[in-house]
Amino acid sequence: MILQQQISVELNMRNSPSDPPCQSALFKGGHQNITFHQHVNPSQFIVWELLQDGPICRRLFSNSGNFWHTGTISCNIPELAAEMIHSLFLINHSGDIFLEKHWKSVISRSVCDYFFEAKEKAVDPENVSPVLQTPHHYLITIYRDKLFFLSVIQTEVPPLFVIEFLHRVADTIQDYFGECSESVIMDNVVTVYELLEEMLDNGFPLATESNVLKEMIRPPTILRSVVNTLTGGSNVGDTLPTGQLSNIPWRRAGVKYTNNEAYFDVIEEIDAILDKSGSTVFAEIQGVIEACVRLTGMPDLTLSFMNPRLLDDVSFHPCVRFKRWESERVLSFIPPDGNFTLMNYHVSSQNLVAIPVYVKQSITFFEMGPCGRLDITIGPKQTMGKTVEALMVTIHMPKAVLSANLTPTQGNYTYDLATKVLVWDIGKLNPQKLPNLRGSLSLQAGAPKPEDNPSLNIDLKIQQVAISGLKVSRLDMYGEKYKPFKGVKYLTKAGKFQVRT
Amino acid sequence: MTQMLYTWSFHATFVTLFSVLRNEDLKEMLESNKDSLKLEAMKRVVGLIAKGKNASELFPAVVKNVASKNIELKKLVYVYLVRYAEEQQDLALLSISTFQRALKDPNQFIRGSALRVLSSIRVPIIVPIMMLAIKEAAADLSPYVRKTSAHAIQKLYSMDPDQKEQLIEVIEKLLKDKSTLVAGSVVMAFEEVCPDRIDLIHKNYRKLCNLLVDVEEWGQVVIISMLTRYARTQFTSPWKENNEKAFYDSDSEEKKDQTEAQPYIMDPDHRLLLRNTKPLLQSRNTAVVMSVAQLYWHLAPKHEVNIVTKSLVRLLRSHREVQYIVLQNIATMSIQRKGMFEPFMKSFYVRSTDATHIKTLKLEILTNLANEANISTILREFQTYVKSQDKAFAAATIQAIGRCATNISEVTDTCLNGLVLLLSNRDETVVAESVVVIKKLLQTQPTQHSEIIKHMAKLFDNITVSMARASILWLMGEYCERVPKIAPDVLRKMAKTFTAEEDIVKLQTVNLAAKLYLTNSKQTKLLTHYDIRDRTRFIRQLIVPNEKSGALNKYARRILLAPKPAPVLESAFKDRDRYQLGTLSHSLNTKATGYLELSDWPAVAPDQSVRNVEVIEPVRNPDTLLIIVLLHACLILTHKSGSESEEESSEESDKTSSDSGKSSSGSEKSSSESEPEQKKKKKMTKAPQKKSKPTANLCLLRFIPVFPMSLQVTTPSFGPVKTYELLHHMTGKGLSAKYHFSRQPCLYQPSMVAVQVILTNSSDHSLEEIHIGDRSPASLNIHCFNTIERLEPEASVTVSMGIDFSDSTQAANFQLCTKEDQFSVSIQPAVGELLMPSTMTEQDFSKEQGKLLGMNETSATITMATANTSSQAISKQVLCAANVGVVSSSANNFHRFAGRTVSSRALVLVSLELKESSTALLTINTEKSVMASMLLRDLKQALAQA
Repeated sequence: MILQQQISVELNMRNSPSDPPCQSALFKGGHQNITFHQHVNPSQFIVWELLQDGPICRRLFSNSGNFWHTGTISCNIPELAAEMIHSLFLINHSGDIFLEKHWKSVISRSVCDYFFEAKEKAVDPENVSPVLQTPHHYLITIYRDKLFFLSVIQTEVPPLFVIEFLHRVADTIQDYFGECSESVIMDNVVTVYELLEEMLDNGFPLATESNVLKEMIRPPTILRSVVNTLTGGSNVGDTLPTGQLSNIPWRRAGVKYTNNEAYFDVIEEIDAILDKSGSTVFAEIQGVIEACVRLTGMPDLTLSFMNPRLLDDVSFHPCVRFKRWESERVLSFIPPDGNFTLMNYHVSSQNLVAIPVYVKQSITFFEMGPCGRLDITIGPKQTMGKTVEALMVTIHMPKAVLSANLTPTQGNYTYDLATKVLVWDIGKLNPQKLPNLRGSLSLQAGAPKPEDNPSLNIDLKIQQVAISGLKVSRLDMYGEKYKPFKGVKYLTKAGKFQVRT
Repeated sequence: MTQMLYTWSFHATFVTLFSVLRNEDLKEMLESNKDSLKLEAMKRVVGLIAKGKNASELFPAVVKNVASKNIELKKLVYVYLVRYAEEQQDLALLSISTFQRALKDPNQFIRGSALRVLSSIRVPIIVPIMMLAIKEAAADLSPYVRKTSAHAIQKLYSMDPDQKEQLIEVIEKLLKDKSTLVAGSVVMAFEEVCPDRIDLIHKNYRKLCNLLVDVEEWGQVVIISMLTRYARTQFTSPWKENNEKAFYDSDSEEKKDQTEAQPYIMDPDHRLLLRNTKPLLQSRNTAVVMSVAQLYWHLAPKHEVNIVTKSLVRLLRSHREVQYIVLQNIATMSIQRKGMFEPFMKSFYVRSTDATHIKTLKLEILTNLANEANISTILREFQTYVKSQDKAFAAATIQAIGRCATNISEVTDTCLNGLVLLLSNRDETVVAESVVVIKKLLQTQPTQHSEIIKHMAKLFDNITVSMARASILWLMGEYCERVPKIAPDVLRKMAKTFTAEEDIVKLQTVNLAAKLYLTNSKQTKLLTHYDIRDRTRFIRQLIVPNEKSGALNKYARRILLAPKPAPVLESAFKDRDRYQLGTLSHSLNTKATGYLELSDWPAVAPDQSVRNVEVIEPVRNPDTLLIIVLLHACLILTHKSGSESEEESSEESDKTSSDSGKSSSGSEKSSSESEPEQKKKKKMTKAPQKKSKPTANLCLLRFIPVFPMSLQVTTPSFGPVKTYELLHHMTGKGLSAKYHFSRQPCLYQPSMVAVQVILTNSSDHSLEEIHIGDRSPASLNIHCFNTIERLEPEASVTVSMGIDFSDSTQAANFQLCTKEDQFSVSIQPAVGELLMPSTMTEQDFSKEQGKLLGMNETSATITMATANTSSQAISKQVLCAANVGVVSSSANNFHRFAGRTVSSRALVLVSLELKESSTALLTINTEKSVMASMLLRDLKQALAQA
């Protein structure tokens, strides 16, 4: 009896690099001889035969042209083994794989082809689905700083677990080298590799805490690399990081500073959608407290607020004692050494959110003739008596807009013809003389009038104020004798601030 | 000794490297005396590995440095070893002694990393050494080393699953560990090696709950997920009956709840888990927050689930990828519990800068949240989206409006008018989508919308998207009595362009023609597509072999113009709740490898399928319905054209009944099959058209195989058919009914079991209007046979039904009604009938079997009747008892059978190992453990009897 059934096989090697990967193949035959038919293109097909002696080798016949020729391919039969993250590929913006790391057996990089296919379809890299399924693997990808971190998974795993971890890898690289880019990674490829080795064991996160990692693999400094070259010293620690063993894995032991200081930045972002008429469709405040703590020994800190009730929902660095927060609404913690995010918070949309600026705008496209008009004015609204700085307006124009001929009363504007993005960089907002941008837009001849008007994205900064009104009242230190320098800074920014037109 | 080995490896190096000049300098550097040079070389080697370049020929030179004192050099050598040891097993063994020594090092860091690397070297020969090392490390004083040993367990297990038993012992020991460092890793090992050994957790449960807050974040995720599964097997359901239990709302369960009227008291351990996970909602790690959220969703009393809402909404501020996963989970949650997210509705408003998949998910959630109170706000928001420059998103919004319109009747007209306005939109995708949605809406509201239909008819010429064209045609046909003048016009137009249309449009054209013929036969000039007609008739015989075709003509009008059930416009996320929230399977909406089912609460009968309530949806499932409609339509057409159809159809049915067995289909096959058919046809009818065949044939051929493909036809097993009594003629007042399982894939829905019912009239008067009435449970998904208008005395008729038993042997109860009477009957399937054969090779069988061990394996030693010991007899008995397929076997004393459950398609593997003196070991491997034990019993019985 002849059986025909659709099965899927993933073949890693191809006859020539230009061949498509054999993804799904027609499986034909009885139990004894199994062949795979791969259609390279409509006129050409290849037959792969499964050899009896194992899953590794297959023989190949193909009808390229009129003659048959043979070769071998290897086929990746998935292992039963379960682990969380099997392999990691780093891919740059143009689609080159520039780093690969396998925590278990090696998976051919051809597995990335499924990703490239999806990327091709999605056009914009941000639109690629973070979770993809291939015949034998699952691909979970993050896109950050123009790089793709692609992880290969073989079994069920919470996708957020992988995503969170990948971002942690990117954070660590950023933390070590100041930025996360292809050139930086390639310059420090050995350190990155050592980091990846420490961060995962058998696909399971081992040490992801920056303080712990830094004890094991020291970040590069110019001085140290000079010294190492002379003395043959190394960047790798030979003792177990103290954090690994204690209940406070985020802090290393024996920290010493001559100047003891603790600084906290309260940064708030306003997320808002305003409608055409300027009324608020939706607004909320997201806040974060970034800390920079350089204190000797094992300090135990307590940070308290004047108005903690404002905080609707919070998330903490693991160092924060949740019980104290529950009962007393204070942040009590033994801080990690260096820079870290102490807490994230959310001020609900139920509370009234102050919108610092108003926007008067009119964008019109005429039915007759290939042109349109644009007129935007921005003025201060609720600024808590402070100056609005770094004001900037970004507009993603419809595709039909060819060019813009505008006049700003303040700042300057650019229109990128390729991406159709109009950016108006205003700078400081002067309440006496409101900035205005007006002029004409020219449209592609013959193109239909754009259906809707593009929305405006606003960027701004207000120094020395947290727009929610949140205030830190005091910082106390226990456990150490010295007096540290303390400081709190406030900053308000526009988050996803959008004005619909 | 080592010195000697090194010399030897040096020679090997020489040979392998001789030709590779590129790496020659590296080799020299590695063999120099200076650590700095070696380090430099190793860094370059690691650089090569990182770029995916092959550096395997350096193996001998690298491995020598494994004992280096320089810690960085040593670590780089480790990196290299782990990467290439598998390829160079012999050479890798050289390094083993170094690791064995390091395992005894006083420095815990050295001990730990030695075990890490040793266990990462995938060389089967060192399995015993690894086993020993793991056991020792598990008793180490340093928690760090114990943690490493937990990781090593998984590595060893994946290399050699035979070590399972010994490894479980180590896991058991490590589970008792009180260190927060070890907890996460050992639970991970537990999940991988023996997730079914719940008994190992009992004693450690409270400790794990209490340690949880202090465990590192990754471990928290693993432990929470394990405890979720654990709790579902150990505690009773906290979901008291109340109005909110939206998704478990089957009758059967309500009844059960009523019978267990005692007040529910939560197990303190259950409470402990909920209490101790709650603070983790404040974690900065999004995976931890998500895992707590899913724990509450699956374990907490309904009124407590709301506490996770805020935290989930908070995660939406995180990275785009996090948003994607969180939104997916919120989408599933919001279907069942609108109230949870309604206060946060505005957080799901779409921004023009969102990625497409984020936009779609937000739209989905907003639609789920829509209710009478907020619908005006949501519709206003949707208006903005329809104008979006992203046309795919605009189209999705139109669908969402359609869903809101059906769900909330107050706004149906508003939405409909809005959609009609969109018909004059410039963008084609927007117009097409609007047409499709309007069609669906009109179906739900079939009154007085002829204006809209006329309007659409006018637009018809300008619309090119085939789905939209087909939809308009369907509407025309459905409501042709309301637009008597326009419909024939449209049909005439279509006749001209017929061949150029897409399949779906063609089908609807034929459909329209048939409907018009019935209502308005004078005006309708029949389309002359004889070949389509022939072909469809043939196929009709193929799929409905047991029905008498002649009888159907009478009902054509009823069939074609019967009010169609309104389509259910529902969420694409509706069926995702099959999977545990937060899992990869949930994200992909397919079962990922290694997914562990969340078991149902123990007090509840293991009938998980109550959730999969499905309504037959003409729109969502266009293929099925269209084919049936088309077949009937063509039948009517042919009936008119020639009287020979009667005799011919009987001939056909002879032929097709024998074909249907072979119709393992594939388009190729059915075409060859139909060749002789065609010839015969020509002879008899002298069909006037011969030329136009190819195109039309093609279109149908491409379309028709949809059926068998989706049904996965495999080797049908021909066992003797057992017939069961459904209704005795004494109780049935003359009507008697018998049924048997035809063991063929059900053509109505693949998840249904096909049942053939033979109805006989044993009374002295004719029985009228035999049909199926109420069923219980009400959610029971039955495909009924069409009403039998009249059954003469002594006559009998065979009808086929489809019943979705949802893989349970619970009886399907329904009423068999005649004009005068109603009889309650029930069909109780034997467990073997809930399967369908699956074909696989012996290798596949063993592989699949390997995945279904432990809890999924049921076995028993049985004694067989002596007559049954031949392999033929065994096959016969097994196939008789269960609808499975034979797996060819190389060994004589082994018999294997494979099948899948009809509803959930879970594999069921039966293997029978013959032992001496007519005893045998019968093993069944399947996830459906209840079915397994029942099947075991049935098979045991079947094989014991001669």
